[in-house]
Amino acid sequence: MAWLMAILQTLLFIALAPLLSGWIKRVKCRLQNRKAPSLFQPYRDLRKLYRKQPIVPHPASWIFRAAPYIVFASTVLAAATVPLAAIHLPTARIADVIVLVGFFALGRMFLVLAGMDVGTAFGGMGSSREMTISSLAEPAMLMAVFTLAMSAHTTNLSQAVNFVLDTGLVLRPSFVFALGGLMLVAIAETGRIPVDNPATHLELTMIHEAMILEYSGRWLALIEWASQIKLMLYGVLIANIFFPWGIAQTFTVNALALGLGVITLKLAVLAVMLAVSEVLFAKMRIFRVQEYLSFAYLLSVLGMLSHIILEAAR
Amino acid sequence: MDFAELSLYSQAVLLLAGLIALTSFLMLGQSRLVRLVLVFAIQGILLAATTAMVAGVLDFPHLYISAGLSFLLKGILIPVMLHRMIYRLGLHRELDTIEHPARVMMGGAFLVVFSYYVSLPVVAHSPLVTLNAIAVSLAVVLLGMLLMITRRQAVAHVVGFMSIENGLFFAAVVSTYGMPMVVELGVAADVLVAAVVFGVFFFQIRESIDSLDVDRLSKLTEVDKP
Repeated sequence: MAWLMAILQTLLFIALAPLLSGWIKRVKCRLQNRKAPSLFQPYRDLRKLYRKQPIVPHPASWIFRAAPYIVFASTVLAAATVPLAAIHLPTARIADVIVLVGFFALGRMFLVLAGMDVGTAFGGMGSSREMTISSLAEPAMLMAVFTLAMSAHTTNLSQAVNFVLDTGLVLRPSFVFALGGLMLVAIAETGRIPVDNPATHLELTMIHEAMILEYSGRWLALIEWASQIKLMLYGVLIANIFFPWGIAQTFTVNALALGLGVITLKLAVLAVMLAVSEVLFAKMRIFRVQEYLSFAYLLSVLGMLSHIILEAAR
Repeated sequence: MDFAELSLYSQAVLLLAGLIALTSFLMLGQSRLVRLVLVFAIQGILLAATTAMVAGVLDFPHLYISAGLSFLLKGILIPVMLHRMIYRLGLHRELDTIEHPARVMMGGAFLVVFSYYVSLPVVAHSPLVTLNAIAVSLAVVLLGMLLMITRRQAVAHVVGFMSIENGLFFAAVVSTYGMPMVVELGVAADVLVAAVVFGVFFFQIRESIDSLDVDRLSKLTEVDKP
């Protein structure tokens, strides 16, 4: 029964991710006074891409062909470890946050290899940028995670959420800093606006799009879907760790329905915040991303320090 | 006592302490003078909020006066004065380049750890809950000094000096719940006078070396030697 729940939750993750990005697009359009596409437009795009025949460039090796599946599979596995609507699922016993970061790294490594595999200038450029950014973002993320782990005495997500639920409302300075750091990292890792622009294929500053420029058809669909799932993953991570109230602790129908409704609401609010920040800020120069990420790292380090200094037991 | 068992007010005071440390770091990394002054104003307002909260928790009405005073002086009056001065000196577009920003930041983090280490024995001998923040106040003082060391612009030096004063005031609030009223009023007046005197000094420095770059004060000749 519990395993069934875990599988169901992962499937929900996969199914709802395009809806979230459709919602973000819609809010952004409304804010920019444009006419918004339908909420289900990402599903239609994926279906259209899936029907088309993928085209393989001549110099491509097996890495190019395998990468979309590996990227998609590692993102789905990462989604399986994050509690969406319920905690105490059996998947929580298998994997903790560090495994989650590892899944992200695996997917990213193959995406980067695939970008370089074809040998075009754009692919190599995008890959090198992606690695630069992720090598700066990952320490910041791990530092934020360790800050949480020090308070909760576990790196297991399910237990950490349970800890926050048990202690109730506590204004921990370390959590505030970790929240800030994690939000900045999430924006950088999912390629949203101050770092990368997800809406363009035609810019010299693009990062994610530069790597997947050679992909077409169902492989492109898989990669796009994976990046939508990744965006949702970060949203759920932020919502459930810092504001876990409402998540289901038992597997009754009422609790699960409530958990699902609450997480939908939280994600919708987070998406509105993301859209507003994307409208307000311009994309920054690629050489300033390093400053941005070192600020994220500073926030995480301050979180760790304030846990030790300010939250010491008296 | 565990952190989660403290009252929400004490937790909020400690949270504000963390935010004050954050503003100190922001000042350290801010190369534009106008924004530097803005962050300084935010620090002053956070300080006033902390003082008011301590006053509310402990029912010390005289702390409300010092909270209001620091809000007016450090949150509004001195930042506005500095802001005007920056515009009048034509420095609002100038970038005060920070050499090795990453190293400065790491140094700042090290200073926080150092002040934690120094204040450990003090914290161990007192039952006050908010005393955990004394390490933060010491760190704010040291970060203000670091700001003064790493900058060239005289205005940035003044902001660093004022933020040192912020750190001392914060230490007084969290460790002894405020200084005697006379001392506090005296310090507030001193800070105000200092701001005015610094303003006069800016014009003096600029008249004599035609710039506010303090590094040029140590040169004896007008032209650089080859």
